[in-house]
Amino acid sequence: MDLFEYQARDLLASHGVPVLPGGVAETPEQAEAIAREISAPVVVKAQVKVGGRGKAGGVKLADDPESAKARAQDILGLDIKGHITHKVMVAQASDIAEEYYFSYLLDRSNRTFLAMASVEGGVEIETLAVERPEALARIPVDASVGVDAQKAAEIVDAAGFPAEVRDQVIAIAVQLWDVFSKEDATLVEINPLAKAPDGTVLALDAKVTLDENAAFRHGDHDALEDVAAADPLEAAAKEKGLNYVKLEGEVGIIGNGAGLVMSTLDVVAYAGEEFGGVRPANFLDIGGGASAQVMADGLGVILSDPSVKSVFVNVFGGITACDAVADGIVSALGLLGDEATKPLVVRLDGNNVEEGRRILAEAAHPLVTVVDTMDGAARRAAELAA
Amino acid sequence: MSIFLTENSKVIVQGITGSEGRKHTARMLASGTAVVGGVNPSKAGQTVDFDGTSVPVFGTVAEAMKETGADVTVVFVPPKFAKGAVLEAIDAQIGMAVVITEGIPVHDSTYFWAHAQGGSTRIIGPNCPGLISPGRSNAGIIPANITQAGKIGLVSKSGTLTYQMMYELRDIGFSTAVGIGGDPVIGTTHIDCLQAFQDDPETEAIVMIGEIGGDAEERAADFIKANVTKPVVGYVAGFTAPEGKTMGHAGAIVSGSAGTAQAKQEALEAAGVKVGKTPSETARLMREIVGG
Repeated sequence: MDLFEYQARDLLASHGVPVLPGGVAETPEQAEAIAREISAPVVVKAQVKVGGRGKAGGVKLADDPESAKARAQDILGLDIKGHITHKVMVAQASDIAEEYYFSYLLDRSNRTFLAMASVEGGVEIETLAVERPEALARIPVDASVGVDAQKAAEIVDAAGFPAEVRDQVIAIAVQLWDVFSKEDATLVEINPLAKAPDGTVLALDAKVTLDENAAFRHGDHDALEDVAAADPLEAAAKEKGLNYVKLEGEVGIIGNGAGLVMSTLDVVAYAGEEFGGVRPANFLDIGGGASAQVMADGLGVILSDPSVKSVFVNVFGGITACDAVADGIVSALGLLGDEATKPLVVRLDGNNVEEGRRILAEAAHPLVTVVDTMDGAARRAAELAA
Repeated sequence: MSIFLTENSKVIVQGITGSEGRKHTARMLASGTAVVGGVNPSKAGQTVDFDGTSVPVFGTVAEAMKETGADVTVVFVPPKFAKGAVLEAIDAQIGMAVVITEGIPVHDSTYFWAHAQGGSTRIIGPNCPGLISPGRSNAGIIPANITQAGKIGLVSKSGTLTYQMMYELRDIGFSTAVGIGGDPVIGTTHIDCLQAFQDDPETEAIVMIGEIGGDAEERAADFIKANVTKPVVGYVAGFTAPEGKTMGHAGAIVSGSAGTAQAKQEALEAAGVKVGKTPSETARLMREIVGG
């Protein structure tokens, strides 16, 4: 889960990382009130989970509360690369003497954590990494050891931070590790980490990504979820405990196992090329169990998607044999009754496949077509959606 | 021969008394696996009965190993307690820990992987179906009746695509099929399995299944080019996955331009691997190589 800047800022502050005073506003009036409280020039920043907001007009300076209100008025509702701005952060403006970069992240390739730091901050770090790799220190962090003052000093010195900020940055590096490890983050990125003219080092902008698998030990992380931005179908699916991702297409997909479902999407997209570019409408993994209730819940969500024209149910009977899956489909259609209105193409393979196909043939539901192969079934489902 | 798991493997189950642990222990036993014990600190000294086989429960992995000679543990412990369970297995120096549990925080898996370095435990998973050497032993949740022993080696991030591929090529059979798991940080990688299959005289050809996220497939492609002389057929899932969305597996995510299926396919093809467009085409490519 990616956090908004203001959420990241609050999280950093709660671990002692120095940040500037500020708050989040959903209306120009709230923005004005925050600016009044700060009683200094402020910066009004669009809260969107996408880069490049400055260039898009999503970051504006305001000298007084009235202009903060006006700037918030300009920015709220702004479409930044397809992300609509619903909130702005109003923070005290800071003169910047120098901009640095600091991050901790999960390094998947090396199965470890990585600290990255540079005294050339404020720019796109991907660009820096390509153009001047020597300017970006990359220090692995052993997950079973972590970052103490000594390790932090190693990182800070590798990046060549100037002597006058060294101690401050070391302290911040330890605090950021605290955020990264205690909050179960997979990314904590400060860009810029800024030196103010008075020499104080502050986190001016932050990106934080939290591991949703760790939600069980962070009761407070739930509240950070951007419920408003969630697709309504994704929200409905989540409520039912389904693993669903909305896509732009016409063929609804249900399958068991993440890999098989991803593969199903691809096979449908290939087949759809023949039928004017028909595409999969969603990802939905109903898991190994595939009970009648889960099947019914899944079908319910997919059939409520107005862009779905046909549904492809692709199940490999492994742990749950095909006869049980077929029973599940038949009872799901029974549970849905008149709500089931779109054609279903079913492909079953694996354990007890003959029995599964027999059950579907016997039920002879008018909406259901059984096709023996995954490729053939994908083709049929694409054809029906064309 | 087979890789990692043989007829001589002695398997214990951490979490044997839970519903998943119990269900899959029964299946492992039914497929001929030597399940010699279970671990549950609060039920030590008891036994769990499976259709005529009585499996003793021990308080710790170390004790189970001492009493039974176990060299493999299969972990069904819930996410909250999984880190502790895997660390215990590593500290007991068991040969292999197969971590089935889905939903382990990545800080925990990164920690236990770091802890395992320099030790003697191979970790498979987490968030994986385990591995099977058909006709010999089955450590995990892969259905044992899909196929028989044979000459194909299989390594896959995905459970159901593993089953699908075993089914497509069931008449030829498999030396070992390894589900390495779909998490961002896993113990045993495609490369580890490719090396083991290359060294296994019984394996004649290898199927490698990948999916979006990370760069494991690209690294595997480099490895194949340099080190694998046996034919490799590949499949990659997730061409239609949008950027920034997790597709079921915690590790299955395209981030910016990194981790795309396209890049993985291109890397594999550049290494001389034939990559199928669909699972069945992949199976056909394998048939062309091994016959049958």
